[in-house]
Amino acid sequence: MLNSKKKSKKINKIHLTNSDEVSAYTEMLKIRRFEEKAGQLYGMGKIGGFCHLYIGQEAVVVGLQMSIEKGDQLITTYRDHGHMIACGMDPKGVMAELFGKSDGYSKGKGGSMHMFSKEMNFYGGHGIVGASVPLGTGLAFANKYRKNDRVALTYFGDGAANQGQVYESFNMAKLWNLPCIYIIENNRYAMGTSIQRSSAQSDLSQRGISFGIEGEQVDGMDISAVVEAGKRIVDRTRNGGGPYILEMLTYRYRGHSMSDPAQYRTRDEVNEVRDHSDPIESVKNRILKKKILSEVALKDIDSVIKKQILDAAVFAENSPLPEEVELWNDVYVK
Amino acid sequence: MSTKILMPAMSPSMKTGSLTKWLVKVGDTVNSGDIIAEIETDKAGMEVESMYDGVLSQILVSEGTEDVEIKTPIAIIELDSETVSEPIAVLDTEELKGKLFTNKVKPVKKVAANKKVIKKSLPDDNQFSVREALRDAMAEEMRLDKDVFVIGEEVAEYQGAYKVTQGLLDEFGKDRVIDTPITENGFAGISIGASFAGLKPIVEFMTFNFALQAMDHIINSAAKTLYMGGGQINSQIVFRGPNGAAARVGAQHSQDFSAWFSHIPGLIVIAPYTANDSKGLLKAAIRNPNPVIFLENEILYNDKGVVDITDQDIIEIGKANIVKTGDDITIISFSICMKLAIEASEILSNEGIDVEIIDLRTLKPLDKDTIINSVKKTNKCIVVEQGWSQSGVASEISAILMEEAFDYLDGPVCRVSGKDVPMPYAENLEKLALPTVEDILNAVKKII
Repeated sequence: MLNSKKKSKKINKIHLTNSDEVSAYTEMLKIRRFEEKAGQLYGMGKIGGFCHLYIGQEAVVVGLQMSIEKGDQLITTYRDHGHMIACGMDPKGVMAELFGKSDGYSKGKGGSMHMFSKEMNFYGGHGIVGASVPLGTGLAFANKYRKNDRVALTYFGDGAANQGQVYESFNMAKLWNLPCIYIIENNRYAMGTSIQRSSAQSDLSQRGISFGIEGEQVDGMDISAVVEAGKRIVDRTRNGGGPYILEMLTYRYRGHSMSDPAQYRTRDEVNEVRDHSDPIESVKNRILKKKILSEVALKDIDSVIKKQILDAAVFAENSPLPEEVELWNDVYVK
Repeated sequence: MSTKILMPAMSPSMKTGSLTKWLVKVGDTVNSGDIIAEIETDKAGMEVESMYDGVLSQILVSEGTEDVEIKTPIAIIELDSETVSEPIAVLDTEELKGKLFTNKVKPVKKVAANKKVIKKSLPDDNQFSVREALRDAMAEEMRLDKDVFVIGEEVAEYQGAYKVTQGLLDEFGKDRVIDTPITENGFAGISIGASFAGLKPIVEFMTFNFALQAMDHIINSAAKTLYMGGGQINSQIVFRGPNGAAARVGAQHSQDFSAWFSHIPGLIVIAPYTANDSKGLLKAAIRNPNPVIFLENEILYNDKGVVDITDQDIIEIGKANIVKTGDDITIISFSICMKLAIEASEILSNEGIDVEIIDLRTLKPLDKDTIINSVKKTNKCIVVEQGWSQSGVASEISAILMEEAFDYLDGPVCRVSGKDVPMPYAENLEKLALPTVEDILNAVKKII
């Protein structure tokens, strides 16, 4: 069990329906395969700059996407590939952006950390630690201003949780009762600094207490726990319950970015999580145990996904570089 | 022995105030600390306390008088005999000023419970203050577009720290005129997030000094997201508030950020001088789909001018204004330094030097054509700004003229800028730190 000393206080695991189990498996695997491919292509020099992989954390975003409705918004930090794929953005467009090509979501001008899709209500992809928090609070502000019933999911990490602007946002979100759910993806390391070394109060779900914002820790490696908490809190917030903090206890298997050798933790620590708490493996085991699908059928799903991701890579490779005139476009709305 | 009660200065920039009410009458005994009158300043309603014990013997300025200059005697108190020796009674007015600052701020009266449209004070000559022009611009745009709202510190119930948002709460209500905690980075970020979702915030910084707290969001979130997203998400937002040197408030509250913001691609930067430009350009800024930095100036807020911009009109962003044509030399400036440029031009005119004066109005995008065409005619140029000279607006213009009008120049382009020091507090040093008419005249003499 991950972070066993501080596991979810409310272990109200729900049983996912058979079709939910399969779609959870499929969506998480799609992110995993995408990220593996991105890592590989980065090594080949196809992807430049910073590239932060989501491997290990897949249950968080997939579970929360299963908890919201169309029209709800999401915004996150720079570890954003998983969020984009989970919210329905085309892996081809995401991969092309990683390649800096013209068919990328940002026409090649944003890169790994800066992609957006208004169509999917995905508001980025932000490279500055903590910046997504006021911005996401602003999305919630817009919902309240317009008196619609949309909810804004504002993701950030355990490192960002120590930023001052987070607390400025908490204060206003509670003051104005904004429909904002703060999702702290606590993967235990802020770049190379462990939560114990960076955070005086390491139970991040309690960081809203002085503002009257409730929160809870959730086992972010178990998609059924994520879906349970997600549905309950989305419903609460949609019905005027105001802001709430969901601290997702999770783990990234890879370094902070591609260039991080991750010498601040042991190989054993990584293997321990991977072997015993992997979010995809646990769903897979449940599917097999409940005999929802056979091992062969699961392999088929994997093959389809691998093909889809390979297609995305080929698409990205073949997509042209942005035309030089693009340098001058989109600085201003004309 | 008697002493005069003077119209107090309640803020560094206050020049006049209105005497709204006398709370004592001739013959009343007053004690030190008693509230004797209510006055209205450019910023707030205030109470005047007596600092003396005695009997009010004469009222010199009657209730309801407007535009009473500070330090004007407003009443006379016949002092009790034992207070005669108190040093304060014999201090001169300049020294008194510090003491008078202790007067308490009184919350502004709520006007009316029911919503009402801000009354259009239509003076016969269409003269409005810059402050009124800015407020009217916001009100008109808020009437036209329900996605426009105002957010910031003290913009609503307090009616604006500098009264620029006065009356907006009454007309538009608290959902559209929103007081925030003192957390600039937070509310700038929230407002930018709201703009990503399609709203059109007008964010007031009490002064631009506090925008430093929010610099990351202004630059990294507002200015760049359109580009980083390949044109998908824009930020239609105005950041406005007073910028530049105030009066005697020291280094952290007295500085000009024109050059800082002008450096950033993705931002539009406007710094108007006149009331009419303030209104027309603020309306244009609110309608512009990009993030706009709108630099006002506290000391200009009370300046009046003819305003002919009405509901649908705007002034085009990116166009400088040739305030006066001339053949001998071009003086370029913007915002409050236009005062210096105009004054210098009048002096030079008496000496037979015909100055062309350009008010930039917009700093980004810069109206290069107007600048270059003027210099092609006059062959000489001086740029006046309050900000520091290094990497400043004047430096930029000077570089443009070198690159694009070199053959037309008969002498070096001169920068008249703020001195390269943090703003000192002392009155004499503050004057030295700021550009002066004298500085302009010296620069002109150097190149003519």
